[in-house]
Parts: sequence; C-alpha cells; structure tokens
Amino acid sequence: MEIKRLAVSSSPHLHSGDSVQSAMLHVLIALAPAAAFAVYHFGLHVLFVLLTGMAVAIAAEALILRLVKKPMTAIRDGSAAVTGLLLAMNLPAGIPLWTITIGAGLAIGIGKHVFGGLGHNPFNPALVARAILLVSWPERMTAWVGPMLISAATPLSEFRTSRIVPAYGDLLFGFKAGSIGEIAVFLLLLGGAYLIYRRIIDWKIPVSFIGTVALLTYILPAREQSSYFAGNPLFHVLSGGLVLGAFFMATDWTTSPVTKRGRVIMGVGCGILTSVIRLYGGMPEGVSYAILIMNGLTPLIDRYTLGSRSGAR
Amino acid sequence: MRNFRVLMSGIIDENPTFRLLLGMCPTLAVSTAAFNGLGMGLAATAVLLASNVLISLMKPVIPDKIRIPCYVVVIATFVTMVDMVMGAFVPDLHSVLGIFIPLIVVNCIILQRAEAFASKNSVLSSAFDGIGMGLGFTLALVALSSVRELLGAGSIFGVNIMWHSFEPMRLMVSPPGAFIGLGLIIGLINTLRPKKA
Repeated sequence: MEIKRLAVSSSPHLHSGDSVQSAMLHVLIALAPAAAFAVYHFGLHVLFVLLTGMAVAIAAEALILRLVKKPMTAIRDGSAAVTGLLLAMNLPAGIPLWTITIGAGLAIGIGKHVFGGLGHNPFNPALVARAILLVSWPERMTAWVGPMLISAATPLSEFRTSRIVPAYGDLLFGFKAGSIGEIAVFLLLLGGAYLIYRRIIDWKIPVSFIGTVALLTYILPAREQSSYFAGNPLFHVLSGGLVLGAFFMATDWTTSPVTKRGRVIMGVGCGILTSVIRLYGGMPEGVSYAILIMNGLTPLIDRYTLGSRSGAR
Repeated sequence: MRNFRVLMSGIIDENPTFRLLLGMCPTLAVSTAAFNGLGMGLAATAVLLASNVLISLMKPVIPDKIRIPCYVVVIATFVTMVDMVMGAFVPDLHSVLGIFIPLIVVNCIILQRAEAFASKNSVLSSAFDGIGMGLGFTLALVALSSVRELLGAGSIFGVNIMWHSFEPMRLMVSPPGAFIGLGLIIGLINTLRPKKA
C-alpha cells in the first residue's frame, strides 16, 4: 500500500474513491424512501412494478452487452438498475407488468445502447421510454389511481378542470394520485438533499428549474384567467413530477450541461417549458417533455458556455 | 448473366432504401401498413422501369447540359400515367397513398438511376436495373411496413395475427415509429452483413 502511494506516475495522483457504481448506489438510496412510500400508499402491485422495471433493465443491459461484445463487468455499475427504477417511478401505479417490461427494455435498448451505451446517450433513457409508452398506450399511461388502485384524477388535471387546490400537506407528503415516484414530494426532497450533500448532483439545475416554475406559474395567467401575478406557485411546485424530474432526471450526468452557467440555463429552460406546457399546453403535465427537449439542447449549451482556453484570444 | 447481376444488385447489394438510403420520404411516410408499402413500391417500380428504358433509348438525343430537365419530363409523364391508372383501377389504395403518388416524380431513386445508370448503359441493362431497383424498393417498403403494421396494429396485410388481448403499440404507426423502425432494420442489416475487408 505504501509502495503504491510512493510510486511515480502521471496525474491524477489522488482518487476520491467515487465511481459510477458508488454514485448509482447513492441515487438508489436517495430514491428508496419515495419508492417505499409509493408501495405503502398504492399497494403491493407497485412493488412488483418497481422490481420488474429494475430486473428487466438489468437483464436487457446484460443481453446487449453480450451482443455488442462489451465487458460484462459494466453491468455492475448499477446504471441499468437506476434507469429501470426511474422509469417505473414515472408510470401510473396501476400499470400492467408487460408495459413496464417493454418500457424498461426500450429504455436500455433504444434510449441508451443504440447510441453507444453509458455516457453516450443524448436523452435520458428512462424519459425516452416513458415518451414511447405514452405515445403507444396513452390510456394505460394516463390511468391515474389513488390508494388500492382506485382510479382518481391527479391534482394537476383536477385543477385544470375544476380549479380545486388540495391541501398542501397532502401534496407535500404524497397523499394524492399520480406517478409511482412523484407523489412523495417531501421524501424526494430529502433524497435530493442527500444527493447534493454527497455531491452526486449539482444544486444549480433543481433550484433553477423549480425556481423558474414557481416564478412563471405565479406571474403568467393560466388559459382560463386573464390577470397576471395571480398564480399559485406553491401548488405547481408540489404537484406533478416537478420535484422528481428536477432532482433525479434533469441532473443526469450524461444529458445535462457540464458548465456552471450551462446548468443554470438547463434548469431555467426546463422550468420555462414545464410552465408553458402546464399553463397553455394540451397536457396537464410537461416535466418529462421539458427535460427531453433540454437534453437535446445540452450539447449546444455546453458549446456556448464553455470558457475559452487559457491564453486563447 | 451480367443483367442478372444488375437485377440482384438492385435488390440486395445496392438496395435503394437499406443500402443507398434513397427515397426516404415515401419510405417513412407510407410504410404504415404492409399493403400501402406494396402499392407504393410497385407504383415506383413501374415508373422506374419505364423511365429507365425510355431515358436509355433517348440518351443519344438528350443534350448533356439540360439532361436533368429532360429526365424529369420523362419521369413526370410516367408518374402521371401511373397516378391515373391507379385512380381508375385501385381507387382505395390511390386515396390512401394520396399525395405520395404524384410525389414519385421527386423520388430520388428514379432520378438517380436515370443519371447514374440509364444514361450510360444499354436499354436491356437499364430495364433490368429498373426492375431490380424497383423490387428492392418494394421489398424494403414491405419489410418496414410489415414490422410497423404488426406492432402498431397487430396485423399484416390487414390480416389480424396477434393474440386476442394484444394492445397495439401505437408509436409504430406514427411518424417516430417510422424512423425508429427504419433505423433498427438498417442497423440489423449492417450487423448481419459481412464486414468489408
């Protein structure tokens, strides 16, 4: 050990000990409380959905690694498990297991490996799969349920038709209808704080994302009303997939900018798109499409925010 | 023998859709159902055969500087004929394919074969080339549209062959499904083909 430390080699000389594997483990830890709450809230079916998502994603990863003759050890980095879990958390609780199976396979296949695997995908694989499932089986993907899988409207769609705002406590602690992983806002915030503390994610994207949504939903009038500065930002921040998306998906290392300024632009862009879709779009929720669109702009953002080389004019 | 090779090269080695990536617009647009793909492919084959033969015949009299407009006039004539014939005999298919029948005139496969093959080769070779390219295009369209129809509607050529509780994957009959399906088929073909040394 001492000899290894004293050996002369080129930089870097010190390794922090962080690896893709440890980062993915931290993400799984951060998601676990919200996932556990969903199982408690919706019932046992959700547990099977979550497990199926992760198992199929890992199996698809193993199969594709074998087909493209890449080292099988890559399966141990845990990224497939995170993708599978995130996809499952983006689906309604009553989703049939065959749908999540197809989705997890497509996330790994079309979302990730057609572009070259880990670190090469331009779009968040879990969100790509969610978009495919939403286009393919729209009834299944919008069949929102409450506890015991009894159908119920999400706060955002309810708000759109009747302008009813549920109790903020229920919104914060997850007693509402919605995607498996989006309901437990408080636990997601805890998980997000853990990831920021562990320095897995940068605070800039979630803070600018959520801040922009709060600001715009306060300033801009929704379609039905005409007065400015009369929105309900707290309701919009606590509803839908905003917290899940802002902390766990917009911050994906591969698909978000690397520069500090770029990350703020990413967050603000996501916030603008989400607010516009929620207030004026055809769908009640727009977080996933907002993130996918900003994923597409990420290389451009990086190009324009990267500082110049030292000494370059 | 040489003509046979020309024919087969159009179907396999130089398949216009999967190898040359020509004619992408009709390929992506009409491949929602196997029957549409077949109809589109055969219509393009008819135009391709006729225009290849006529352009090959006319190559001594076409001035080099205005050859492209001459080709386009020839192609447009045959497209108009095919359009009218289909409107008269297969009105259902004609209405489904709609604007894409007249648009065969701008299908780059046809102009490319006129420019690259028919203007340089004998009439018989050009005829074989037209048939080969046309069948290659038809084959590609039927392959892609069968996959899309099977997954997106649960049938092939309108015959329902999936199990009863099958829920069609609607993405596959929508435009993104065309891109994803085409990309995956081309990827599969490139994987299976032996690598060039």
